[in-house]
Amino acid sequence: MEFEILGNKDTRSGFGEGLAELGRTNENVVALCADLTGSLKMDAFQKENPERFFQVGIAEANMIGLAAGMTIGGKIPYTGTFANFSTGRVYDQIRQSVAYSQKNVKICASHAGLTLGEDGATHQILEDIGMMKMLPNMTVIVPADFNQTKQATIAIAEHQGPVYLRFGRPVMPIFVKPDAKFTIGKADILQEGTDVTIIACGHLVWKSIEAAKVLAEKGVSVELINMHTIKPLDEEAILKSVSKTKCVVTAEEHMILGGLGESVAQVLARKLPSPQEFVAVNDTFGESGTPMELMTKYGIDSQNVVDAVLKVLKRK
Amino acid sequence: METSQLSNIASQVRRDIVRMVAGVNSGHPGGSLGCADFLTLLYFDVMKHDPKNFTMDGAHEDLFFLSNGHISPVWYSVLARVGYFTIEELGTFRKLSTRLQGHPSTDKKLPGIRMASGSLGQGLSVAVGAAQVKKLNNDASYVYTLHGDGELQEGQIWEAAMYAAANKVDNIIATIDFNGRQIDGDVEQVLSLGNLHQKWQAFGWIVLEMDGHNLTDMKNTMLKAQSHCGEGKPVVIIMKTEMGQGVDFMMGSHKWHGVAPNAEQLEKALSQLEETLGDY
Repeated sequence: MEFEILGNKDTRSGFGEGLAELGRTNENVVALCADLTGSLKMDAFQKENPERFFQVGIAEANMIGLAAGMTIGGKIPYTGTFANFSTGRVYDQIRQSVAYSQKNVKICASHAGLTLGEDGATHQILEDIGMMKMLPNMTVIVPADFNQTKQATIAIAEHQGPVYLRFGRPVMPIFVKPDAKFTIGKADILQEGTDVTIIACGHLVWKSIEAAKVLAEKGVSVELINMHTIKPLDEEAILKSVSKTKCVVTAEEHMILGGLGESVAQVLARKLPSPQEFVAVNDTFGESGTPMELMTKYGIDSQNVVDAVLKVLKRK
Repeated sequence: METSQLSNIASQVRRDIVRMVAGVNSGHPGGSLGCADFLTLLYFDVMKHDPKNFTMDGAHEDLFFLSNGHISPVWYSVLARVGYFTIEELGTFRKLSTRLQGHPSTDKKLPGIRMASGSLGQGLSVAVGAAQVKKLNNDASYVYTLHGDGELQEGQIWEAAMYAAANKVDNIIATIDFNGRQIDGDVEQVLSLGNLHQKWQAFGWIVLEMDGHNLTDMKNTMLKAQSHCGEGKPVVIIMKTEMGQGVDFMMGSHKWHGVAPNAEQLEKALSQLEETLGDY
């Protein structure tokens, strides 16, 4: 199956466009940013809705608390900063003031993972999906491209409850249709196949599309799933596919511990034990480099997906 | 309300506190007793609120956030006594499946509570956010908070303090329970706050002080605080209190911060606190 490339853009810009559209259509949406308005592409929302935009400065803990408080009175706050400062730095604030208190806060995190690139490991958080999915009441979404990030940004306003929305910095191909409907917790089956299931999220969805092309040339029939919602996980889609293909590869820009692969493995261990290989970062910090160099060095490139498939096929 | 009436209520609140804590052999009586007068005044006299029709949004009502959540016994007692829920429910404090969790929570839907607290330092940010939304919604009511003095050692408090002043959040009245004690000892010994009055002033707040056990002084100070609202600056009140106030053997030390009295100590405490409204 051929995937049409509809353009090339960064997912953070999809967030920015989605937020701007919400600014025009939903008067209850407010936005907070911790001194990264340009990086998060929140400028349009700020310009069009100055009274609903809150610049909090370099004070992320305060930003999460403010957002939690702003839900009281009916607002839907979107917080914006890098993924590291959206999660690890403010875990306890999210835990108590947002997740436990069941506040309708949307934590929007850019520059996630290795593809933040040259800034290096201090900023390249690879543990955030794990931290966020462990919190009761939290929904965790990792959209695959620009269009899907925009659609997810808009969709989560209609969901009552805390959401972690994770996206990134690099320019990547767009393949989700601009009019596609985004449903929280419902996986996208991008390609049907019979030999192996690949389940990916975020930038690794495109890498998996590339891998599926290479594998097709080798005669391997891949079923490819874009698992944009890590929590709640679409168990039905996983079980339906793996019961057909009998093996699975998960692919993500995250630590092997705590990520999408672990969630998939737990479902299969309980309901359908099957061989699984993990394309993820293996218990190490990142470093400076270009996004694509880092994906190659840390084993989350399309070639790693191909290798993992060939390995898992032998275990069937 | 007359101060004599408020004083009677506060006495009953103090009985509730020691009975609740003794009943489960856990909880924090010291700070709770110290804030009994303040919270009684706030809920029975100062705040505009509707105990019988609690809503999470609290539109056109004054809001209160307890940032130092460990003094939940005093808050629960005052909420029950003012009518948010029955006083009988105070007997479930800290017991399995209770709505009266050890530290306040929203997940059990206890009327009167809008935010979980317990992990310290978070309540001021939350309150400032709620206060800004009141302004957005053209809601002229006030947002009140209470913080421990030891809690001011948390950095997030000062993030929120800086933000509130910079953004002219002038519909918030924060109160500091300045009892000078924390778990490990005197605040001055554990980590001195320095000149607290000057610190808040330097952060751009209007700073008032009051005696947390003098109802007349507190009433006047709260009115003064309200009169400062709308002047472009947030208001903080440094409230001098005594941890354990009302029970002689719990006063003058940090030792009763988080320790429950035994049966004998409970009797001794109750003998010093008049039963004015009937025990739960």
